[in-house]
Amino acid sequence: MSMLLEVSGVSVSFDGFRAINNLSINFAPAELRAIIGPNGAGKTTFMDIVTGKTKPDEGHVIWGDRNISLLGLSESQIAMEGIGRKFQKPTVFEDQTVRQNLAMALKNPRGPFAVLTHKKTARNAARIEAIAAEIGLLDSLTRPAGELSHGQKQWLEIGMLLAQDPRLLLVDEPAAGMTVEEREKTTDILRRAAETRAVVVVEHDMEFVRRLNCKVTVLHEGSVLAEGSLDHVTANQQVIDVYLGRSHA
Amino acid sequence: MRKSFLSENPSVLWFIAALGLFTLVITLLSEATGAGLISTSFVKTLGKTLCLCLIAIAMDVVWGYCGILSLGHFAFFGIGGYAIGMWLMYARTEGIVLESLSGQTIPPTPQEISDAIGNQIFGVVGSSEFPLIWAFADSLFLQLLMVVLVPGLLALVFGWLAFRSRVTGVYLSILTQAMTLALSLYLFQNDSGLRGNNGLSGLQNIPGFEGTPQSTIAIVFFLISATALGAGYVFFAWIVSGKMGSVIKGIRDNEARVRFLGYHVESYKLFVFTITAVISGIAGALYYPQAGIINPGEIAPIASIYLAVWVAIGGRGRLYGAVIGAAFVSLLSSWFTGGGAPDINLGFYIIQWTDWWLVLLGLSFVAVTLLFPKGIGGLFDYLVRKQP
Amino acid sequence: MRRIFYAIALCLGTVMAAQAQELQAILQTHADEIAKPSRKTVDVALEDLIASGLPRVPGFLEAWVGKSVWQRDDGQFFIGSADGDQIALRDVDTGAESVADKSAFKQLKPNGGVRRVIGTALVQFQLSDDNLERRTTAVASIARRPAADQLAPLLASIDGEPDPVLKTRKIQLANFLSARFADSPEERITAINSLAKDTSVEARSVLNQILQTRAGVATSEPDGNLARLLDPMQAPDAFYSQLVEAGFAPARTGPAVIRAALEANITEGRVGGVPLAQLSTDTARERAYAALAREGLAAPLVTTQTRDHALGEYLFYELYDEPNAEITAAAEAALASVEQRVAFAQAADLALDGLSLASIYFLAAIGLAITFGVMGVINMAHGEFIMMGAYTGYVVQTFIPDYTVSILVALPLAFAITFGAGVTMERLVIRHLYHRPLETLLATFGISIALQQLAKNIFGTQARPLTSPDWLDGAWVISDVIAISYIRIAIFVLALIFLALILFVLKRTRLGLEVRAVTQNPGMAASMGINPDRINMLTFGLGSGIAGIAGVAIGLYAKVTSEMGADYIVQSFMTVVVGGVGNVWGTLAGASMIGFLQKGIEWLNPSNTLAAQTYMILFIILFIQFRPKGIVALKGRAAAD
Repeated sequence: MSMLLEVSGVSVSFDGFRAINNLSINFAPAELRAIIGPNGAGKTTFMDIVTGKTKPDEGHVIWGDRNISLLGLSESQIAMEGIGRKFQKPTVFEDQTVRQNLAMALKNPRGPFAVLTHKKTARNAARIEAIAAEIGLLDSLTRPAGELSHGQKQWLEIGMLLAQDPRLLLVDEPAAGMTVEEREKTTDILRRAAETRAVVVVEHDMEFVRRLNCKVTVLHEGSVLAEGSLDHVTANQQVIDVYLGRSHA
Repeated sequence: MRKSFLSENPSVLWFIAALGLFTLVITLLSEATGAGLISTSFVKTLGKTLCLCLIAIAMDVVWGYCGILSLGHFAFFGIGGYAIGMWLMYARTEGIVLESLSGQTIPPTPQEISDAIGNQIFGVVGSSEFPLIWAFADSLFLQLLMVVLVPGLLALVFGWLAFRSRVTGVYLSILTQAMTLALSLYLFQNDSGLRGNNGLSGLQNIPGFEGTPQSTIAIVFFLISATALGAGYVFFAWIVSGKMGSVIKGIRDNEARVRFLGYHVESYKLFVFTITAVISGIAGALYYPQAGIINPGEIAPIASIYLAVWVAIGGRGRLYGAVIGAAFVSLLSSWFTGGGAPDINLGFYIIQWTDWWLVLLGLSFVAVTLLFPKGIGGLFDYLVRKQP
Repeated sequence: MRRIFYAIALCLGTVMAAQAQELQAILQTHADEIAKPSRKTVDVALEDLIASGLPRVPGFLEAWVGKSVWQRDDGQFFIGSADGDQIALRDVDTGAESVADKSAFKQLKPNGGVRRVIGTALVQFQLSDDNLERRTTAVASIARRPAADQLAPLLASIDGEPDPVLKTRKIQLANFLSARFADSPEERITAINSLAKDTSVEARSVLNQILQTRAGVATSEPDGNLARLLDPMQAPDAFYSQLVEAGFAPARTGPAVIRAALEANITEGRVGGVPLAQLSTDTARERAYAALAREGLAAPLVTTQTRDHALGEYLFYELYDEPNAEITAAAEAALASVEQRVAFAQAADLALDGLSLASIYFLAAIGLAITFGVMGVINMAHGEFIMMGAYTGYVVQTFIPDYTVSILVALPLAFAITFGAGVTMERLVIRHLYHRPLETLLATFGISIALQQLAKNIFGTQARPLTSPDWLDGAWVISDVIAISYIRIAIFVLALIFLALILFVLKRTRLGLEVRAVTQNPGMAASMGINPDRINMLTFGLGSGIAGIAGVAIGLYAKVTSEMGADYIVQSFMTVVVGGVGNVWGTLAGASMIGFLQKGIEWLNPSNTLAAQTYMILFIILFIQFRPKGIVALKGRAAAD
């Protein structure tokens, strides 16, 4: 099976601190993957590298069927290649309505002049409504995003990712600060999304990861410590030592 | 498209209607139509104010909507003024020179005419040769093109450099301020080719209309300025109301997020920066023929900061706010500094507003920033929300 | 004249028997020349007087120059001074004093030219005078007006010179004189070669004197010591007018001449057959003029071709005044070597200038580096704090007249006042605007214009002086090329003190620790028991207080006006940004770069400081493109936000 994203031998350091150390990790075109690891394991830096925010000191990041390197591309080009990212803190445009938020994310030409002459079409409206229905915000389309609850903002952001129609979704701690019901709904959205594309979830919360029921990669000190089902990795003694051992302590 | 845009933004229609009514009233009351209730100098003040409103909405788009606090837009305004001023001064001096040379027995050669014009224009800085930048000064069309091209290209180059290296926020403000300072220092030099600190003068005399009274010229410029403001308002309202507006407001609120949505943020910033620079240049080209004189002092960094002050007092992120702010503060400013405001006698000290107006303005600006961050426009919102 | 000095050299060398001769006798021999001297005749008398070697001759000559020599009816000379109707007399030989009635005496009043001749003769005596001051004056007078005949006496006086400093000076001066006036070319060349290492203005002027040229024009290569041939095509019009002046060519027919000739010859609406209406181009005018010239109504047209042809016929050259080519060659070589040394010295001087400008920028920006760099607060009123400091200095000086004391009072007072102003501003305004940098920028700008106008209302618009103490006046002169004023040194020292002080406060004190803690993580700092409010307030006060002190320093060096702050604010921000925000060393690097660069640009284009500033700013704008984080950049995740 050809891989959607291949990260191999990537290292990066900040002022002597090695945040990512010879990291290699691959993702298939349609899979749900959880990345766990203690603080400072390099989870966020890994996402920064894939999305072009941080340039690694060495290593390769190869993407898609045409095997292009992501390292030479800017953030927006990477996003246009089909990689969407959700930040840890919900970042939606609070001054704008839910519909405007989704419309901005919708997969359409991104150049200034295309945007300037953009016309509202029935097709786009239908797409927006479908996504809004998926994330449960169909009734709130005209509300400013700033008025939404914390959980709704998280969903809106996931909805914006879906609107981009990416082939890889990087989701950073989607469940943080959510109620139990909200978590369940989030899990559903993510699992449905993973049916047609790769979804990578970075999460602290073991319960949430268990509910996702997917392959798990454990990061530690900037490289992969273990990979497999949650039960498999939690049985790994090294993992217990560095991560679970500590969290239970 | 246009129809749906206007129907979705009724405030634009209201603004155009108000502007039209205002223009009509002023025109009818002016000296040009014989009513004479409003003096020509006041018509000029109002015409200039309309130009300031135009650059204020440009500033509002770049700052209030796109989040780039540019302290360089008044430089673009000045460049527009210089561009049109060069033609005005050249054409008028040419007229005078030709008339004075026509009395001679032998018709003048082109070189003699050019020397005489050069002497007239550059005598004050001890030169008589035309610098290269005056190459197109004899053509109104080309100079009008310069009004648009020079600010546009400068903004394009500067913006491209600044945005591509991700200079943002306060850094960008300082950088634009530095650009403005460099430009004004350059213009202050006698060998800049633009008459150093003398600037360009006599711009109120429009070549070809020597016989037309100033009252008529004033009202014509007033009308042109009002039209330009109206057109600019509609244009910017169109830009900020659609998906473009969504994206640039997104850039203002969270640049990184927009970038990860796949938008090339730098292009958008560059687009907004350049288009507003062009409009600023046009506003300047309309302003300075009414002011009559332009000199490098006008372009000093402080002018651009005042521009930001107007927009902030009027209310950022709403176009009518910028118009209100610019009109309100600039008219108030000329009332206070022009000696219109009565002095206040405290017994032990007499407050003369010509001296104290800037203190008042400075402090009120602090107050607005601290207490009314939404400016005067925010007051409207408050009233509108209270009504129902 | 030269003979006189040979005589002197002779008489100084051998004590002659002429002592037997009496001065009065010699005077009587030349009574006419002495009583009514002229520049032509006085030489003879002086020659004999000096040749006599009598010890009283110098005294007499001085009295003569000073118009205190009187002649009695019987022709006898006395040194005397009038006192009412009486006159106090001194015998020229014995020095015996007497008093007589003034009516029998006539005062000798030699004219200026004569006095100069006598003065030059006197220099010999003064050069060997017992009084050091007189010898110094004599040497200085030779240096002022060097002449050939001074060389011999100067050389003669060197050996006997007891004062080592003056002796060195005499040797140096003798060297200068030898280079120009020594008899044998070998001596001159030796002297010239020894000047090759001397960068003083005097030495350079000696060499330039030797190398003086005069320009000339001829058909063939001229006789004499040729300095160079010139290419007339470098400035054809100037060289052509040289030809015209020399009478070798007719004057150029310029547009004005053509025009005048045409206007003078209009017949029936035509000139030279060309209708008037067609004369609006240069070619038509030249055609008409040529027609006039053919008819003999005007001088022949001198066109550009004529001019160039004429220039080709002649040689333009420069001849050395000095006929000996070996000497001029040596002088050229010496001058080239001197100029190279001068260029190095100028570079050193430029570096000093750059250093002092950098110190000023550093002082102006260091307070900002703390508020902007460490706290991230942009304070547009920083420049006005500098102004407040300077006005504090001015006000203190109006109360304390002693400049040294007043500066010592003003420095801490300026710190206190601007510290207070900074703390007040932080409490009232900035505290409410943390994390809204653009609003902070505008609010502090509002304060800036209010403060500026307030200063204008209080102190008026004219510049106020802030006078430095006497001991800061003057300059440290290292050579004729390198000099730096003490005030700039003081500013440099002050900048160093502040650098050390701030580094100490930030790195070694509790306050500094807390400041760094609050900067890096306010939440964590607060949970450790640090009060971020207090720290922010103190940090801002510190930054503002330093601006106040900088204001006093800048006020000493420049004028105190209400706009002085605004002059520094953009540069100060540039300094901080270019150096790298959040780092004192960065500010130092930024200030150095901007200071040196600005001086460098000024040096390339010395006439125009405005242009230098313009290019400087353009450079900074470009620099920030390539190093957006400044020279000393923070790396990593902390810098990404």
